[in-house]
Amino acid sequence: MEGFDGLFFLEVLVGGLLSGVMYSLVAIGFVLIYKTSGVLNFAQGAMLLFAALTFVSLTERGLSFPLAFAITFAIMVVLGITIERTVLRPLTNRPPITLFMATLGLSYVIEGAAQLIWGTQVHGLDLGIEDVPFDVGGVFISQFDLFAAAVAATLVAVLSVFFRYTRIGLGFRAVADDPFAALAVGLRLPVIWATVWAAAGLVALVAGLLWGARVGVQFSLSLVVLKALPVLVLGGFDSIPGAIVGGLLIGAAEKLAEVYLGDYFGGGIESWFAYVLALVVLLVRPAGLFGQKRVERV
Amino acid sequence: MTAFATDLIPGSRPETRLSRGLPGWALPVTTLAVAYLAVPLLATNYLFEAILLPFLALSLAGVGLNILTGYAGQVSLGSAAFMAVGAYAAYNFNLRVEGLPLIGSIVLAGLSAAAIGLAFGLPSLRLKGFYLAVSTLAAQFFVQWALTKFSWFSNDSASGVIDAPPLHVAGLTVEGPVGRYLFALTVVTVLTFLSYRLVISQTGRNFIAVRDNETAARIIGVPVLKTKLLAFAVSSFIIGVAGVLWAFAYLRTVEPAGFNLDRSFQILFIVIIGGLATIRGAFFGAALIVAFPLVLSRFGSFVLGDVFDSGVLDMSQRIVLGALIILFLVLEPDGLAALADRLRRRIGTALRRR
Amino acid sequence: MTQVLTLVLDGVTKGVTREASAVAFEKAPRASPGPAPDADADAQVHPAARLAAKLQASVDPGAGDAVLELVGVSLSFGGVSALSEVDLSVRRGEILAIIGPNGAGKSSIVNVISGVYRADRGHILLKGQRYGQVPTQRLAGLGVARTFQNLALFPGLSVLDNVVAGRAHRVRSSFIEQIAGFGRARRERLDARARAIYVIDFFQLSSLVDRPVGTLPYGLQKRVELARALVAEPDILLLDEPMAGMTATEKNEMAGFVRAARDRFGTTVVLIEHDIGVVMSLSDRVAVFDHGQNIALGTPAEVQRDPRVINAYLGIADADADTDSDDADDDVARGEAL
Repeated sequence: MEGFDGLFFLEVLVGGLLSGVMYSLVAIGFVLIYKTSGVLNFAQGAMLLFAALTFVSLTERGLSFPLAFAITFAIMVVLGITIERTVLRPLTNRPPITLFMATLGLSYVIEGAAQLIWGTQVHGLDLGIEDVPFDVGGVFISQFDLFAAAVAATLVAVLSVFFRYTRIGLGFRAVADDPFAALAVGLRLPVIWATVWAAAGLVALVAGLLWGARVGVQFSLSLVVLKALPVLVLGGFDSIPGAIVGGLLIGAAEKLAEVYLGDYFGGGIESWFAYVLALVVLLVRPAGLFGQKRVERV
Repeated sequence: MTAFATDLIPGSRPETRLSRGLPGWALPVTTLAVAYLAVPLLATNYLFEAILLPFLALSLAGVGLNILTGYAGQVSLGSAAFMAVGAYAAYNFNLRVEGLPLIGSIVLAGLSAAAIGLAFGLPSLRLKGFYLAVSTLAAQFFVQWALTKFSWFSNDSASGVIDAPPLHVAGLTVEGPVGRYLFALTVVTVLTFLSYRLVISQTGRNFIAVRDNETAARIIGVPVLKTKLLAFAVSSFIIGVAGVLWAFAYLRTVEPAGFNLDRSFQILFIVIIGGLATIRGAFFGAALIVAFPLVLSRFGSFVLGDVFDSGVLDMSQRIVLGALIILFLVLEPDGLAALADRLRRRIGTALRRR
Repeated sequence: MTQVLTLVLDGVTKGVTREASAVAFEKAPRASPGPAPDADADAQVHPAARLAAKLQASVDPGAGDAVLELVGVSLSFGGVSALSEVDLSVRRGEILAIIGPNGAGKSSIVNVISGVYRADRGHILLKGQRYGQVPTQRLAGLGVARTFQNLALFPGLSVLDNVVAGRAHRVRSSFIEQIAGFGRARRERLDARARAIYVIDFFQLSSLVDRPVGTLPYGLQKRVELARALVAEPDILLLDEPMAGMTATEKNEMAGFVRAARDRFGTTVVLIEHDIGVVMSLSDRVAVFDHGQNIALGTPAEVQRDPRVINAYLGIADADADTDSDDADDDVARGEAL
């Protein structure tokens, strides 16, 4: 390979992995809800937009960061519980694809409401992280990306601890395994569902802030859901490790492809590359990298 | 325990039949008579341009998607991509093949869309449900990208914009809104009739069998893989032709960005609101989707006056549309078609009582 | 109306060879129900049919008449063995019942025969053809039809359409011919419809043809599923718990239909059933399974006397509590049965 720049390759790879973390972050919100309710919540992107927009609008009105964060979180919890009550519960026992379409409608409602309430202009969001690349042994790494990765890792750790060691968390895992059995042993599903939607709201808020700081808080923020979907397909809808690994894989592959293959295609391939990659993997492993393959009972 | 099993079977909905008393063909024929004879005389240009032409194109797209999603049970989020393929293929066939009649361009455009649909339908052989739905997004993004990127498709025009050619049918030049309306109406009528013939055939039964119980379908000898691919191909053909109508009869100037994900969702919404697995549902759904933004804006400006600017209108449209979807899924999962049937039966019994 | 009638008659008479042969069967019943006369059994028993052969030696009319054989079939799910070294031979025209406690592997047998599961070891002989995994897609074409333990109808279709769908494997016309609707497509459509109506009539479902199948009560749905299987005119019919969850009356009705189907259409029947009473009166032979093994095979009377069967069945009363269950009805059904 004449002229192959190893350091440059490494830089692209690291950059890709770090942006992959951002994908994972969005994907985790999906996985939480999918595991408990079997719903692919398309509205996750809209929730993310709503959270970021609410937060920014609150800080712009002079609220301090922690206060705005707390209020937004509270609003997200209320929103999550409302969604669960008003949309998903009436659709219990309906085919999963119906639920999916309902969340599609939901995303329209939330997107519309977010902008109707807070306006359509683009807001800048400054989290106080300077985006100066720094040099690690010749490889330039974005400070912001690193920060985002650290936040994402913390969030995953917090969620893992929560679901492993708290009563509600254990309930969540029981429900994910078998909702009927969980119900039979007296777990209160509504409490668990509410918790999960709250957790998904938290994930949406954190992801919304990180993404918002990077690309500006605006309508297109809800489109990051489209970045998360191939990650989910790759990692399996029901696997948090899958979401993380899938995000890293897609982030890295996408950046590498854009840099090394992009010219052959005339550029701009990131709009579909992740999907095609996910598809190729799926054709080999239909349940994704980490999803559970179920034995069909007849 | 088993006695309750029947309640758990999803989608156990009655195949609604046309009202008793009148022969089955009476209503479609009456509708067609009105559409061909009365509408051209009565309607205004505004009605053609703003309502009837988009209604016809979207109805046809709804019919196409309904074959795939409603009958064969394969959810697709990439319908707009197949519309785009149809539109751009027709444009290029018309441009590049000397002496090809318009009908030829349309058929070839449909076949092109079918071929692309077949290719993106291949994952359906291994993937189900959400995995498949997400994978159809690949078609959406890839096609839009390709049409923008390669200017050959748009004959080197800026950002992929194409202008529709003059429409010649059987020596006549179709001009003006009325002409384009009749042209679109004819295409839609023919394809809808053929779709109807298809869904009541053994192949249509196979679609439903695959949708309702794939294992059982395979066991009784339904060629499952072939059936799925056929559903993708036929559906894409129809949606592709709908794309031709969209570009040639309705807008006359289109760009790839017009066939975006929102358009795909719009067609999916038409199918949901109209009713899955009904041909006429697509028309009901399209009528609602086309009419309601206009109604909403009139209503909004009437009630709220100046506060109701275009931004607010846009947002409230999204909210109402989203809420409508949820409402239909919760309250009337069989869509407007089922609602219409109930209404007709009720009127029927009321009349008989007199 | 008259048109429909002629249609029906047309379809029934026109080249309905199986019905014709069924009539022939009625006139001259084949050797079957009950213990068959002894023949040159031992000589021809498949070498692999070890355990079964010992049991059936005295009654086997010759394995040469077998339409379906499992040879050394083993199957396991993630280390849990469902079937181990099963040898089983089904004779032409018989009703063979498979019984056994929960988790004995009964459903697995039907699923292996119909190609839904692939055997880890061993093979299946279907009309002399050897298969590692039976090609499910071609199953109907090979003359095998089946029903499912939990109903597998198409709820979006009417009763008639569900049964007509059972002729799917005979469709040769392309979708374009079907849209056009004449010639071969028309003949196929009319023929399938006529045969479906005939079978629907046979199962006394005529008044329900237009009903969406999902709206029928459970027992009737089971009957529609059987009709859908029979309209394919199979040589072999696999019934996975056709009477599960039925009332005693419904069970008797269903047993009558199964027997009539065999007598009328000459179909070989393999059925899984829990109700010992039904099994004993309906079947020609009974295969008893326990822990994935065939522990006994013979006429109902023989099996009932077999000490191993008595052991397995009397043993299950307490052992059953912790075996993972096939489905919830099993316990109920057997509770009634024993």
